[in-house]
Amino acid sequence: MRVYLTRRLLQSLLVLLGVSFVVFFILHLTGDPALVLLPPDATAEDVQRFREAMGFNDPFLVQYGRFLTGALRGDFGQSVRHGEPAFHLVIERMPATFELAGAALLIALVLSVPAGIISAVRRNTSLDYVSTVVALLGQSMPTFWLGIMLILVFSVQWNLLPSSGRGGLEHLLLPAITLGLFTTARITRLTRSGMLEVLNQDYIRTARAKGVSDPPVIWKHALKNAAIPIVTIVGIELGTLLGGSVITETIFAWPGVGRLSVQAIYNRDYPVVQAAVFLLSSTFVLVNLVVDVLYTYLDPRIRLR
Amino acid sequence: MSVPAGAIALPAARAPARREWVVFLRRLARRRTALFGLVVVGLVVVGALGAPWLTTWDPVEQDITNRLRPPGSSGPAGRVHVLGTDHLGRDILARIVFGARPALMVGFAAVAISGLLGMGVGLVSGYFGGRTDDVCMRLADIQLAFPFILLAIAVIGVLGPSLPVIIVVIGVSSWVVYARVVRSSVLSLREREFVQAALALGSRDGRVVLHHILPNALTPWLVVATLDMARVIVIESALSFLGLGVQPPTPTWGGMLADGRVYISTAWWLATFPGLAILFTVLGINLFGDGLRDTLDPRLKV
Repeated sequence: MRVYLTRRLLQSLLVLLGVSFVVFFILHLTGDPALVLLPPDATAEDVQRFREAMGFNDPFLVQYGRFLTGALRGDFGQSVRHGEPAFHLVIERMPATFELAGAALLIALVLSVPAGIISAVRRNTSLDYVSTVVALLGQSMPTFWLGIMLILVFSVQWNLLPSSGRGGLEHLLLPAITLGLFTTARITRLTRSGMLEVLNQDYIRTARAKGVSDPPVIWKHALKNAAIPIVTIVGIELGTLLGGSVITETIFAWPGVGRLSVQAIYNRDYPVVQAAVFLLSSTFVLVNLVVDVLYTYLDPRIRLR
Repeated sequence: MSVPAGAIALPAARAPARREWVVFLRRLARRRTALFGLVVVGLVVVGALGAPWLTTWDPVEQDITNRLRPPGSSGPAGRVHVLGTDHLGRDILARIVFGARPALMVGFAAVAISGLLGMGVGLVSGYFGGRTDDVCMRLADIQLAFPFILLAIAVIGVLGPSLPVIIVVIGVSSWVVYARVVRSSVLSLREREFVQAALALGSRDGRVVLHHILPNALTPWLVVATLDMARVIVIESALSFLGLGVQPPTPTWGGMLADGRVYISTAWWLATFPGLAILFTVLGINLFGDGLRDTLDPRLKV
């Protein structure tokens, strides 16, 4: 078990190293980072001086080393637009993004797991049919369109919920539903297929033959086994949610990291972009590590590897 | 297939090609949802290809005097704006039909790139195993750790939005799922008798991979490609929505949504219809892809 954990930890560190390299590399994509960072009317002289001052004339690996040591200390440079340290700008907005992603995931799990279970247990009834169709629609819908339509109905037409900003529960509801729909659909379908597969297994048939009634069969035996792929997907979906927050936050003017990143890219504020991508990726890697550890509790076969 | 008694059945690399296809097509056709999906996709493709001949209005022609007309209003010369006009007086239906073009172009091209890239990595990784496999899977983890949209926006922000940039960005970042699916196919195919037989007969690795393993790993790859196409189309519209897609005046569904968002309270049709276009296209592809997967192998974890 400890060997497995150490191995996973090392893998995660390696992944983070790779992430940091790519994040650093983006700025050098066009060849000259000075041209990317300076306004288009800068003279050749200005560009040269800028390059000297920022150390862009040093060898590539030296620059990368500098970036990496800075990143580990939490120093991603100053935001070009706001004049504050990029790291602080991103960290300030993390709670808002986590709140949104967390709410979306909660809604998704609360809706999808029961829906998936009911779908599987009452297979091929109209309940199953409706749930499958809704899940399919949910997976096919672009989230930003859903957000706009929800604003149209609930904010413009019926004036029930606010369309922007962060505040109480009423501000959280629409963005969370928008962000969470795709995940809800995905987990519903996965729960349904997972449960169907498990329910057909011999040990379920044995339990039923023994006389165990349906609720314990479903909860104690079937769900625990079907939970394994669901937990895996939750880890991946968190990445999708963190990424999807970019668009949802833009539509609902939610003050999170996603919205900050989009604005930073429009403003060519690359220190902030680097900080945001690196921190979000690190969060994702961490969450996956936690999910993997959880996994070993659910599936003892992993522990023995 | 009936084998005459006494005949020796040699393990074939694949079943007689023609029979297999016919059986497969017939089974697929029996699934009505898959057929429906195929019809929808067909309509979108026809729309994209035949756009200039299918629309009465020009998608980029502006007519400010006719801006923000609701669906069904008639314009000059008695022609009707079936879905209304946008804030610059352009016909919405025409823009939607033409908007299918960038969507499908990016869809096919990006899927081709990531599909080929992923297949290459999956074949190499699965066949040779060991260190190569480890390295490839590590690369996959790194790729998956990124919030894709952020990376795409950052890269497009640096390189500038244009069709080739978008296609390459989406294509290069989506290879992992293909690689995984191909790799798991290769892992199980590697141990099959016909592969072992070919190796024992002296075939070189390259030939074994290309001639024996690849054709049999194609079917899961195809399912993934179909379903991934839906995802790519949504990503393309998201990028267009953020202003980082194909630039105006070329109509894109995402771009139309961004325009329409401003007028949501006064002219709901600007944002609603392009979104429905995306929804139906993606739904069609998903239905067809699901049907494809269920026909080929329902147990595919895709």
